[in-house]
Amino acid sequence: MARAFTPKVITANHLIEGDVIYLTATDTWSRDLAEAELITDEAHAQLRLLDAQSQAATVVGAYLADAVSGDAGPEPTHFREEFRRTGPSNYAHGKQEALAHV
Amino acid sequence: MYKYNEFDAAFLAERNAQFRAQVERRIDGSLTEDEFKPLRLMNGLYLQLHAYMLRVAIPYGTLNSAQMNQLALLAEKWDKGYGHFTTRQNIQFNWPKLSDVPDMLDALAEVGMHAIQTSGNTIRNVTADHFAGAAADEIEDPRPVAELIRQWSTDHPEFQFMGRKFKIAVGGGAKDRAVLKAHDLAVRVVQNDAGEIGYQILIGGGLGRTPMIGKVINDFLPRADLLPYLEAVVSVWNQIGRRDNKYKARIKITLHEHGMDDIRARVDARFALIKPTFQGADQELFSEIEAYFAAPDFRTDSTAVFSTAYKTDPVFRSWVDTNLAEHRQDDHAIVTISIKKHGATPGDASAEQMRVMADLAAKYGYDELRISHEQNVILPHVHKSDLPAIHAKLKQHGLGTANIGLISDIIACPGMDYCALATARSIPVAEQLATRFDELKLEHDIGHLQIKISGCINACGHHHVGHIGILGLDRAGVENYQITLGGDATWSAAVGERAGPGFAYDEIIPAVERIVSAYLDIRSTPDETFLETYRRVGLAPFKAALYPEAQKKVA
Amino acid sequence: MTVIVTDTGFGPDTWTAGYEGNTALDLPSDTNPVELVEQLDADVQMIRINFPSFADGRGFTIARQLRLSGYTGHIRAYGHVIADQYAMARRSGFDDVEISEDLAARQPETQWLARANWQQHNYQSRMRGGSPAAA
Ligand code: SF4
Repeated sequence: MARAFTPKVITANHLIEGDVIYLTATDTWSRDLAEAELITDEAHAQLRLLDAQSQAATVVGAYLADAVSGDAGPEPTHFREEFRRTGPSNYAHGKQEALAHV
Repeated sequence: MYKYNEFDAAFLAERNAQFRAQVERRIDGSLTEDEFKPLRLMNGLYLQLHAYMLRVAIPYGTLNSAQMNQLALLAEKWDKGYGHFTTRQNIQFNWPKLSDVPDMLDALAEVGMHAIQTSGNTIRNVTADHFAGAAADEIEDPRPVAELIRQWSTDHPEFQFMGRKFKIAVGGGAKDRAVLKAHDLAVRVVQNDAGEIGYQILIGGGLGRTPMIGKVINDFLPRADLLPYLEAVVSVWNQIGRRDNKYKARIKITLHEHGMDDIRARVDARFALIKPTFQGADQELFSEIEAYFAAPDFRTDSTAVFSTAYKTDPVFRSWVDTNLAEHRQDDHAIVTISIKKHGATPGDASAEQMRVMADLAAKYGYDELRISHEQNVILPHVHKSDLPAIHAKLKQHGLGTANIGLISDIIACPGMDYCALATARSIPVAEQLATRFDELKLEHDIGHLQIKISGCINACGHHHVGHIGILGLDRAGVENYQITLGGDATWSAAVGERAGPGFAYDEIIPAVERIVSAYLDIRSTPDETFLETYRRVGLAPFKAALYPEAQKKVA
Repeated sequence: MTVIVTDTGFGPDTWTAGYEGNTALDLPSDTNPVELVEQLDADVQMIRINFPSFADGRGFTIARQLRLSGYTGHIRAYGHVIADQYAMARRSGFDDVEISEDLAARQPETQWLARANWQQHNYQSRMRGGSPAAA
């Protein structure tokens, strides 16, 4: 039996900056997971992934990552995605640094 | 040490111009991402979890103060003020932008450095014994050979798109400090009964998913046959190595599947074809290279200052006893600077620390620095009278930790904090272990004990050959750490045995503590090292300490 | 139609005898060069080696083995070879590269000509005491 589809977001790295980005419902890329489009339909997910992968001039390595709906938008379900949206744990670098400057 | 000639400089300028154009061609669509990726990798550029990462080669681990200062400049100008020394004598910058990398490479070229073939399915940066040219047990300095191999392998037209990477290490001492047996190919300088110097060649070593210990393919290769022989080995493997499965592509699997006799016969046949293409220019080049590595003019002076400080200053004494190694010159010493301050990231040095080390090398160390696969920095030639001043300066900059070879001198790969391939973190585990054993104030009593941590099966943290190896895995979406015991990274190399089921992130520190206290209980004398004890008693008593619950059930 | 790349840029295919007769061979990348050399017919003037993907570098080893064994006829790299590999192909013993029109459009002639200086900056010829151009 095929496994039931779990909600996803589309994420990638920016071609020039190299940092983590997420595809939003309005077809832009955001650096904040909370702004990502949470996709709950499998067919739609595949279409959106093709959209993302066709943007080779902007992004690298687009893929579908598991997420769940949280109070402020999508949240990761796996620790790898938690690190990607935050930054490394040995220094306050990466996205957590950008947030600290806001 | 080696100085770039006009050819090297022109080659590097051309190569960097090519890479600058490749970046532009990726952006304008001439190159697809699939095509660009191997090209950026063969120039040391990865895309990691949070950013690009530039891996710069420190060929055979040797650099001078100007080069170290330039690394500090890169760290400050294009990164976040630090660099990470790796287990393959490279330094990694974790935060560059793609558009800045061509400028970074040009800056490196100013001091004769590059990032060529630090990644990709090519012959990788050649590594060597980090005490080369200084160690008391050395037959011959292995660096001229390593430099010759660097030049031969650089941009080798046949070997840029192989089935997988190919790692070469060179050693020249009685002791192996370069983990020779864990390399695809190892060159060991040896001397035959007639007193001639030649090379023993090992192939098929490697860690990763299927760890294997390298085996001898040629016991004594005459000096002039080295390059044609290496070319024959790599050429045979490039042709018959498997390309259907990346986990079966390395030469260790080719060797395992074909057997040594078959591989040796193929290599010998190909060697016969290749040898006539080398007509002696390589040997002339070798002599030129050798001249660059002539030992410095070691100064002679009284060592009284050293003796006094050793007697009167216990902190200095502890550092001397732990971090110094025997130099071939009696009144000199080899200083290993620990980049493993308790609680800090193993192998990370700030730009300021890099400059301090560069200054020390320029002032006291004949302008030489080395990087070890253990992720530490070495001043290979220091007159003993300068040791107190060096130690004082190191202490001021968080570089005075006296822990070389001890339990807090941990090898750790970047793991899930940076690496896109990781299955779990390694850095925080290393930080916590070092902090814990520092609190216990036991590490000098425990003695020589190497912990090595990898964040995935690729084993960049050499966990298989750690006395205690830790491998971070993802078990159903949770970090889980597997322990192996009894690994050995020296000439008596051994792959560690798996101790049993893994431990959760918050269980791994106490688990290691249980292993260590078991060792303290069962060692026959305080001089018996962990590895000696392990070899004497085997896995069972450690297993009992690790899994007390299982013991109770059996009882 | 395909495009033939040489040191002077793009051109048409001048090999008109095809690959059916006994003067030419069309080889896959997993060809064993040792057996190939043993069985090589003296009539062969053209050997074309396929690159199914630019990442499959076995073709470089095949060409080099042919040259080391004394084959002096034409060797052509065919398929997914990128401009960045042109120098490697020439240095390994290929005479030219045959690419699709699509690839030629994406990587135009200037990008290939940029690598026509393959005889310069060549560590291999230094090691082997090669031509002065490479020294
Ligand atoms: S061992 Fe795995 S996690 Fe660690 S650096 Fe290597 S690939 Fe990355």
